[in-house]
Amino acid sequence: MTAQGEAATAVVPIDVEAIRADFPILGRAVRGGNRLIYLDSGATSQKPRQVLDAERDFYTTHNAAAHRGAHLLGEEATDAYEAARARIATFLNANPGEIVFTKSATEAVNLVAYAMSNAATSGDDAQSFAVGPGDEVLVTELEHHANLVPWQQLCQRTGATLRWFGVTPDGRLDLSDIGALITDRTKLVGVTHQSNVTGTVPPVAEIAAAAHAHGALVLADGAQSVPHQPVDVAALGADFLAFSGHKMLGPSGVGVLWGRRELLETMPPFITGGSMIEVVRMEGSTFLPPPERFEAGVPAAAQAVGLAAACDYLDALGMPNVADHEKALTAHALDALGGIQGVQILGPLDTEHRGGAVSFVLDGIHPHDVGQVLDELGIAVRAGHHCAWPLHRALHAQSSTRATFYVYNTHDEVDALADGVLQAQKFFGTA
Amino acid sequence: MYQEIILEHYRHPLHAGLREPFDAQVQHVNPTCGDEVTLRVTLKDAGGEPALADVSYEALGCSISQASVSVMADMIIGKTVSAAMAVGAEFLALMQSRGEAGPDEDVLGDAVAFEGVSKYPARIKCALLGWMAWKDATVRALSERGADPVTAGWDRAGADKERI
Repeated sequence: MTAQGEAATAVVPIDVEAIRADFPILGRAVRGGNRLIYLDSGATSQKPRQVLDAERDFYTTHNAAAHRGAHLLGEEATDAYEAARARIATFLNANPGEIVFTKSATEAVNLVAYAMSNAATSGDDAQSFAVGPGDEVLVTELEHHANLVPWQQLCQRTGATLRWFGVTPDGRLDLSDIGALITDRTKLVGVTHQSNVTGTVPPVAEIAAAAHAHGALVLADGAQSVPHQPVDVAALGADFLAFSGHKMLGPSGVGVLWGRRELLETMPPFITGGSMIEVVRMEGSTFLPPPERFEAGVPAAAQAVGLAAACDYLDALGMPNVADHEKALTAHALDALGGIQGVQILGPLDTEHRGGAVSFVLDGIHPHDVGQVLDELGIAVRAGHHCAWPLHRALHAQSSTRATFYVYNTHDEVDALADGVLQAQKFFGTA
Repeated sequence: MYQEIILEHYRHPLHAGLREPFDAQVQHVNPTCGDEVTLRVTLKDAGGEPALADVSYEALGCSISQASVSVMADMIIGKTVSAAMAVGAEFLALMQSRGEAGPDEDVLGDAVAFEGVSKYPARIKCALLGWMAWKDATVRALSERGADPVTAGWDRAGADKERI
């Protein structure tokens, strides 16, 4: 393991072999007796022993419903859950009171979208979130469906208008019309912080500055950025950041919405019920302050604890080092795949403002068939539109094959991917 | 999984292209990968029973979905709707068998080549895309002609239920 904290400026190569030993699943055999080569971390990451142990330890020693129960285990579970919140806040340079646990990044985006449509009927304080006819919600063609469909639906419910930034042919965000798109009508800008298809890292701070100049809110989709690059919410510029635990070595079933405290204070709830109320009478109810206002139901404490352990694991490696490792793998993959005749890479061909999602199209071979050939070799990739159908359309691709990298991936695995692509071409006779 | 018959149909699909006239046209999409097929059905009368004068299609997708629709069209064009439906039912059973069923080659013909696909749950939808589109289009075509799909042996709801 490498140093953390004081060594933030110096990039230290991570010890991939030591890391791999922490991931039991990487030792298993898959189809054909092949060793697993897992290149689908963009869909979900594998989990290290430390995360599994933290979750198991919660269940075996402290399990109770957090924020309930007048008993010792209830106290311990509450402490563990709140300590996890604080740990995740540290990971993002945020305050614990700005961390809302959700079940996923998708739910985190929906939380804000539904809060905005609930605003019209939620009292004076909430009116700054209200949208209606004449208002605009601005998104981008780069978005995962999770940061697109909730905004389409918000517009449908409220009569607001959806607008969007297009993409350039190399899969970057086209900001040439930013002056025309961001206006006083804009109420919210939803933008990915790292594309799950092209790896593109848009200039969120620049977009946020323009949005804020017109009084618009900004929600960044961090599902692919928080796991893979250092993210400091104070520097990000956005008002909200949504991400999931399972893509960053943590358990399934837990996600996070970070929001500026002053916004969360007046934002109306989305899901209502137990845990989020102040006083309930038959006629009506009042709600707790944030973050509890947004966490109805018994919280997923074990999963939050697991996610905190994932933050420990990543911080021990150092997020700059994680990003550097992935950058090297991405450069290698762009080079190895880009050098194969008949391969078209979707997205930037260099690693400048680009993360480790490498999607590609093979002439004459459908991505499902590429994925099948790779699977027979033990290589797990994603095939399809990766929940970004409009982006594929914009890049004139019906679908693509995608390799994504993480801390446990090696350069040998990138070579195996390129070899597998050559084998697919040979099999289908397109080479 | 990739039998030579499948690769052959993929490279040289039979009955491809959209043709006129037609009684019904449908478009089906596999939402996980975006594969799509546009399919037309033309009916004729065969001794008082509805039969398939033509099945034409335009398909965009993987080798399995493309080959499957090609094999299907080749097998069912000319058959009565009820005979074609029997083939479809046998094919669906094969796809749901997880490689455990001995397919009936007399009924399925070239479609037995897809037996291996049933071992890969993620690919079953690919193999069924064309069949589901055909069933949908046929129900619509029967309705267009005033025939009762139920007396023709099956109905729209049934076709939907079999969708997986």
